[in-house]
Amino acid sequence: MSTLAASPPIQALQVQRSRGYWTAALHRFLKDPVALGAAAVVLLLVGLAVFGPWLAPADPYQSSMFKRLKPIGTTGFPLGTDELGRDMLSRLIVGARLSLFVGITPVIVAFMLGSAIGILAGYAGGIVNAVIMRTIDVFYAFPSVLLAIALSGVLGAGIVNSLISLTIVFIPQIARVAESVTTQVRGRDYVEAARASGANAFTIVRVHVLGNVLGPIFVYATSLIAVSMILASGLSFLGLGVKPPEPEWGLMLNTLRTALYVQPWVAALPGLMIFITSISFNILSDGLRSAMDNKG
Amino acid sequence: MHADLPGEPAQPLLTIRGLQKHFPLKTGLFGKGKDVVRAVDGVDFEVLKNETLGVVGESGCGKSTTARLMMQLIAPTAGEVIFDGRTVGGRELSVKEFRRQVQMVFQDSYASLNPRLTIEDSVAFGPQVHGVSKSEAVLRARDLLARVGLEPHRFAERYPHELSGGQRQRVNIARALALQPRMVILDEAVSALDKSVEAQVINLLLDLKAEFGLTYVFISHDLNVVRYVSDRVMVMYLGQLAEIGPSDALYENPQHPYTRALLSSIPALDPDHRTEKAALAGDPPNPINPPSGCRFHPRCPLAAPVCSQQVPARLAVGARQAVSCLIHEAGSGHPNAPSRLKVA
Repeated sequence: MSTLAASPPIQALQVQRSRGYWTAALHRFLKDPVALGAAAVVLLLVGLAVFGPWLAPADPYQSSMFKRLKPIGTTGFPLGTDELGRDMLSRLIVGARLSLFVGITPVIVAFMLGSAIGILAGYAGGIVNAVIMRTIDVFYAFPSVLLAIALSGVLGAGIVNSLISLTIVFIPQIARVAESVTTQVRGRDYVEAARASGANAFTIVRVHVLGNVLGPIFVYATSLIAVSMILASGLSFLGLGVKPPEPEWGLMLNTLRTALYVQPWVAALPGLMIFITSISFNILSDGLRSAMDNKG
Repeated sequence: MHADLPGEPAQPLLTIRGLQKHFPLKTGLFGKGKDVVRAVDGVDFEVLKNETLGVVGESGCGKSTTARLMMQLIAPTAGEVIFDGRTVGGRELSVKEFRRQVQMVFQDSYASLNPRLTIEDSVAFGPQVHGVSKSEAVLRARDLLARVGLEPHRFAERYPHELSGGQRQRVNIARALALQPRMVILDEAVSALDKSVEAQVINLLLDLKAEFGLTYVFISHDLNVVRYVSDRVMVMYLGQLAEIGPSDALYENPQHPYTRALLSSIPALDPDHRTEKAALAGDPPNPINPPSGCRFHPRCPLAAPVCSQQVPARLAVGARQAVSCLIHEAGSGHPNAPSRLKVA
């Protein structure tokens, strides 16, 4: 029994109770100023989306033929007015809700469905994998913009249909990431050990696979939010998504393009909002990725 | 006949018969080619109750594949595994029940622990699969962690990356023991550890074996360690069995030229007896297209023309030793082989 007591003495100094994986990841995340900044911007945007109608200084639908295309800094219209004389600031603030909604919803739905498909394919392997992944490849072969437009065109214009088409665009992408991560995890010795202890596939996926694959898939999905916003804007721009007069950044970009030579700065504002949102989500997902990597 | 009944001490705990594993090589987009990697190609052996069977051989000789086949982690191409007189996977003994009785410890201590689970949850997982309640499984896990030398109050709630390699391997041992198995397959279980830690873990394994009455299959490429822990040793070459026998007999009186070559590759402690020349030249041949006849003949110092034509049978040498080499086969045609008359 003497050998049993002979564990390395260094450990005796660390009586500290170990932090959970997620606590440790949060700790690492809090030490990353860039990611924290991005998180703050994202929170701000979410705040706008929730409280927008109460924060907006003016009615975003109130148009005026006499106040069209005022420049930035006009009294009463700090960010100018659009082509129908509506207050840009109010429209941008109120538009956050719809823009984030069309940006995030398809990603959430695609995250759930794509993860399920990818994990199934990755864990089952063999012929199941081949059938699922080759089917996925058919969708993946189309450029996402083209696929989104084609699906929206087939389904018809409208916000729900554009959400559905974006979801279909993202499912293959997320499924591919899920499949490759799951295939990696499936080959690890701890999955072998779990099989060796007699556990069935469902239990192994639940206990040993999910916890190790959802993180990376989630991070990838976060980066798709930006793409989703841009695609949704594109659909609105083409008249396939949100319909006027609803304030949505992509649609605003579309309608203001006629004013690009008259008021270029005002016309660029919705694009700036899309840019800020997408870059914040991108930086945030990068930060999450490095925070969740506990190899260091 | 009485001794052959299941549960009798003389009944081998594990009998492997004609075990084969051929991995098909993918050639085209859809089709599987005819070429196969003959990772394990017809292996027969027995593991006796309460013994430690050492398995040695070069990298790629099929040691780990044999372990995974024994554990039913991969499906064999042919052959059967009989556990205490009952065929595994048939009506007599389900794979799940077999897995409760036989457990495995892997080489990579980090990869074999789920990084998201505390070590106590990792150890408690197996019993829960077999219907033990969560709280009872955790108690059992803590008890086992204590037995492998990891104080539960300090280690139970830690994560694998917070432990050293030796500590992690102790966790893996505790995990393997959590199902109260009768047999543990140790696949290079101590190979990745520092020498001092390796010695600690080996001593722990020997203590646990005595305490729980375990049977070990100890797979390693470290010949000294294998001799130290094993009662019997099996030498594998290119997916086949070269020689098997009690470790002292095998180490002191090796019969197969390959065993001799392997043993002479153990570094001598005395500089005057330094091995100047490598005992074996080159790499083992490709298992996709193994040499004809005896698989060892291209590298064998005693090879004769007959060796490339005739497959050696397994012959008993001495009391419990067996060897697959034409030199020992009477009338095989090998110049060094005993003549048929002498034997008759």
